Amino acid sequence: MATLHARSAARLMMAPAVVLLLGWMLVPLVMTLYFSFKRYLPLRGGDLGWTGFDNYVRFVTSSSFWPSVQATLIIVGGVLLITVVLGVLLALLLDQPMWGQGIVRILVIAPFFVMPTVSALVWKNMFMDPVNGLFAHLWKFFGLAPLEWLSQASLFSIILIVSWQWLPFATLILLTAIQSLDREQLEAGEIDGAPPLARFRHIILPHLGQAITIVILIQTIFLLSIFAEIFVTTQGSFGTRTLTYLIFQRVLESQNVGLGSAGGVYAIILANIVALFLMRIVGKNLDT
Amino acid sequence: MGHIVLENVEKSFGEVTVIPPLNLEMEDGEFVVFVGPSGCGKSTLLRLIAGLEDVTGGTIRIDGQDATAVPPAKRGLAMVFQSYALYPHMTVRKNITFPLRMAKLDQAEQKRRVEQAAAVLNLTEYLDRRPGQLSGGQRQRVAIGRAIVREPSAFLFDEPLSNLDAALRVGMRLEISELHERLKTTMIYVTHDQVEAMTMADKIVVLQAGRIEQVGSPLELYRTPRNRFVAGFIGSPKMNFLEGPEARKHDAQTIGIRPEHITPSSSEGTWKGRVGVAEHLGSDTFFHVHMEECAEPVTVRSGGEVDMHHGDTIYLTPDVEQIHRFDDQGLRIG
Ligand SMILES: Nc1ncnc2c1ncn2[C@@H]1O[C@H](COP(=O)(O)OP(=O)(O)OP(=O)(O)O)[C@@H](O)[C@H]1O
Ligand SMILES: [Mg+2]
Repeated sequence: MATLHARSAARLMMAPAVVLLLGWMLVPLVMTLYFSFKRYLPLRGGDLGWTGFDNYVRFVTSSSFWPSVQATLIIVGGVLLITVVLGVLLALLLDQPMWGQGIVRILVIAPFFVMPTVSALVWKNMFMDPVNGLFAHLWKFFGLAPLEWLSQASLFSIILIVSWQWLPFATLILLTAIQSLDREQLEAGEIDGAPPLARFRHIILPHLGQAITIVILIQTIFLLSIFAEIFVTTQGSFGTRTLTYLIFQRVLESQNVGLGSAGGVYAIILANIVALFLMRIVGKNLDT
Repeated sequence: MGHIVLENVEKSFGEVTVIPPLNLEMEDGEFVVFVGPSGCGKSTLLRLIAGLEDVTGGTIRIDGQDATAVPPAKRGLAMVFQSYALYPHMTVRKNITFPLRMAKLDQAEQKRRVEQAAAVLNLTEYLDRRPGQLSGGQRQRVAIGRAIVREPSAFLFDEPLSNLDAALRVGMRLEISELHERLKTTMIYVTHDQVEAMTMADKIVVLQAGRIEQVGSPLELYRTPRNRFVAGFIGSPKMNFLEGPEARKHDAQTIGIRPEHITPSSSEGTWKGRVGVAEHLGSDTFFHVHMEECAEPVTVRSGGEVDMHHGDTIYLTPDVEQIHRFDDQGLRIG
């Protein structure tokens, strides 16, 4: 019965961690739920009592709710698409033996170390500025009228900035996956008469399935809550108001904590829907 | 079909020459085995023939055509790897069909060939499994199946049995030999196991450090090894080598005598020694005999029912006809 003993001992030892973690997660969650049922306006009278489901109804029926969900999904989807596709290509490229491989790999990872606020500012001022930005110069060089990135292609600009930050993560995970592929499989494919594209399609891509799934799941968790990039660039205008940003505006700009908390609960629900959806379509890759 | 000629083929990786210029001819339908110690360049040579490595110099001819610059897929050869290199996410059926799909054969023909190969290799029940759900021997058969459906002009095997347990190895050895009997296709087989080489080969190529030490039929190599290296490599247990006065009696630097060509006796004989380890296998007994004349123990084979044990005095009589003589270069004399 040593195992039974060991198991109860293990439970006892894990208990502090579990309790701490539960508290860590439960306290904010319970507070959010608590406030979401209150009319709480810190600068306009404070706690004005219970309101039932009022906040929830107001949040969904507000004209900015559905556009914000849409913007969130477009940004998450766009970034996932760009990072996975480019990540696979970059990983393939970095896997080739080449001169200065070590340095190139470090350079590729570099964007991941730049803080979101900083990178968004750099993109906004150095690249996307319609007067002084590098893109503006490029456009002028080709005789085109410079684009006002952040207003004319606002969603795409945000997707671009966020993709730039997350591409290294995707590349790195995919690169290690490619490196774990048995070379003899590729050689067998070569002998079996598969041209490079077919080898990629039938051997490399299936091998990467699991890594791609992990990249998608992890990135989605973080992408649903991007904030700094929007705050620094468009401040939620031009259709870039995501759910996270909308909640921020409700709580801090309108000083309506109750309404924002209700939004928070919606955000949790949205995240769960997205997670379920992803698990359904890509999660089965994790089994094999 | 399947006549392969290597002319002055050489291979270096950067500064390191792995295979100095080498000439070799493999006849159509022959079962050729490359043997040699680990790291001697067997796999490299096979990969050169397959086209997975580029030669540094020389020419490879397949059926009279210069194939040196031809890509692997176009050489008409099939290869079975040591790690099997099956595609893990495809079923057995898809694995075997893959080369046919790449060759864009029509569906009916693909199906026919896969089913035929599966029947030959006893894989029919497993066609819808993934490689991960198969045993080592079954995976090996899938790899062979993937090779035979292409109907190649030659098969290349790189130590295909080294991942299998001893019993399975014997079984697969027979299956591959039978396959060769039936298909009559050239097979080039790499191994470091001299038993596999002796039992399967029409022609054995003994390699050392990228050089060919000797080419010949198994019995030729057994009877007339060209030098000490081949003599020591072919045959199991290894040939005994004696130097000094015993060798000088035969006008040689070294003499070699195989364990099976020495008769042990408890009463009389040419040499006298003491039994070290005695290995009783039932059918045979191997004695490791310590003699004053030589540092290494001499291995002797005798019948299964010999009653001699550790520490006993033993007399040995070599069969003089079967003594191999080598000069100071290690080359065979006479
Ligand atoms: N890609 C490579 N780059 C540099 N050296 C290599 C490369 N491939 C093989 N070698 C060297 O070439 C030599 C022969 O290697 P090879 O794999 O042909 O040996 P082998 O006879 O197949 O040995 P084993 O029985 O252990 O498989 C070895 O010394 C090895 O270190
Ligand atoms: Mg090898």
